[in-house]
Amino acid sequence: MKLFDIAHSRAGDKGNTLMLSLIPYNEADYEILCSSVTAEKVRMHLKEVVRGEIIRYELPNISSLLFVCHNALSGGVTTSLAMDTHGKSLSYALLEMDI
Amino acid sequence: MKKQNVLRIGCGAGFSGDRIEPAVILAEKGELDYLVLECLAERTIGLAQKRKMLDARKGYDPLLEKRIITLLPHLIKNNTRLITNMGAANPIEAAKKIIEIAQSQNVKIKVAAVTGDNVLETVLNNASSIHDLENNKPLSNYNIVSANAYMGAEPVIEALQTDALIIITGRVADPSLFLAPMIHEFGWKIDDYDLMGKGTVVGHLLECAGQVTGGYFADGVKKKVEGLDKLGHPFADVFTDGSAIISKVEGTGGVVNLRTAKEQLLYEVMNPHEYLTPDVIADFTTVKLKEAGKDQIHISGGNGKSKPSTYKASIGYKAFYLGEGEISYAGAAAYERAKLAADIIQKRLQHIFNDIRVDFIGVQSMHKTTFDHSGTPYEVRLRIAARAGSAEEAALVGDEVEALYTNGPAGGGGARKYVNEVIGIVSTLIERNTILPQVNIFES
Repeated sequence: MKLFDIAHSRAGDKGNTLMLSLIPYNEADYEILCSSVTAEKVRMHLKEVVRGEIIRYELPNISSLLFVCHNALSGGVTTSLAMDTHGKSLSYALLEMDI
Repeated sequence: MKKQNVLRIGCGAGFSGDRIEPAVILAEKGELDYLVLECLAERTIGLAQKRKMLDARKGYDPLLEKRIITLLPHLIKNNTRLITNMGAANPIEAAKKIIEIAQSQNVKIKVAAVTGDNVLETVLNNASSIHDLENNKPLSNYNIVSANAYMGAEPVIEALQTDALIIITGRVADPSLFLAPMIHEFGWKIDDYDLMGKGTVVGHLLECAGQVTGGYFADGVKKKVEGLDKLGHPFADVFTDGSAIISKVEGTGGVVNLRTAKEQLLYEVMNPHEYLTPDVIADFTTVKLKEAGKDQIHISGGNGKSKPSTYKASIGYKAFYLGEGEISYAGAAAYERAKLAADIIQKRLQHIFNDIRVDFIGVQSMHKTTFDHSGTPYEVRLRIAARAGSAEEAALVGDEVEALYTNGPAGGGGARKYVNEVIGIVSTLIERNTILPQVNIFES
């Protein structure tokens, strides 16, 4: 199954850094996400997009994960040549991951 | 000081181009104490500086006039104070424009313009000794056009202490716009960092307006949201202990629930243990969210510790000219013909530009990959983009794409070309004492 089936996500940006939240629809699935969606797996999944380090933060208080991806936006909002300069659409790239 | 123990703050805009109608509904029916319009992003301040350079009386939010004309009667009738960063690069001229509108509506108001975020002179004077955070290059390496520091809640509180109905600022950190009225009304101490943290969490949840009410959240499949065409914007009932309930005006579209709140809480967060604003270093890992009723989310927790010793400043610089061209192919072998066209353009332009971006829109333009969503698209739009040193050079990109009409593969149609000057943004940290905020009062 894909992450899309059990979780949702929103992308944020600061300069050339991308943040992706990962939030299970059912809070009981938080543990599954913690064990199966590691920073390394996200790095492999987004290898065409993210050039730098990915840091995973666990937020058990809201049963959610946050991935902070460095060097991920081809320069970032003002100087990127991409159409989606903010990387706003990348939340759905994360949700394409098979688990 | 406020007598009751609850304060209602609405957020009517989450960015410069936001819709006006939800703000009007909030002002009219929201029974608000304060309405906040957050309209200034990293990119927006650079664009505003550009407009100010062309006309010294401009540089405030392009929708300011339209927003104030519609909102002002409701603000006066309901005694709701407006706080907004629509002043952008020019809060003083923005305040004068608001006074002009008030006079044309025959109403007497005071407007407080908060200035001081513009640190261009300081930055230019020290450009060789200050470095950017992104590349650690001295700022003298950039063709700087603007420098704006994020101010915190303090100058906004000073403005609130006057009886101005409207407080208009330049660069103020988004959550600080919301935190200021909480401090002002509840008499919170600005070094009570737990309260600063809690108020910042509430501000952060409100600041994107239509996100927490289900707009940018909805996907129509897994996240179905009703009434998106009449999406309402949020308000928070904030209590003296810093807890709050986020909701929206009854009858408006959208939804406020745990899911919308969690997405917004984590939005643009670099480190949830240390969310930095000029007011506080807040801890989002202690925030508690729970559903309190239909379209109601109760927020508590979110402590804080100290505040950063420096301010973050955004430096705008002349980066390059962006040249773009687009053309569409449809029907049999659409993707192959688009690839052929891209190949032709790249060969024609590669001696001029060292970084040419090629996108096949409808195939892999967004993420450079398809995540197995391959197949044969019926139509593909080719997009070519490159950075250039001048507008003339940038125009070559679109000209070559347009020339595909007779020089390229079969069946290309709908060519468009664009040239834009790009203002880049880098960040730097500057000492707190560099900033001298000022509150300027205007009366109609």
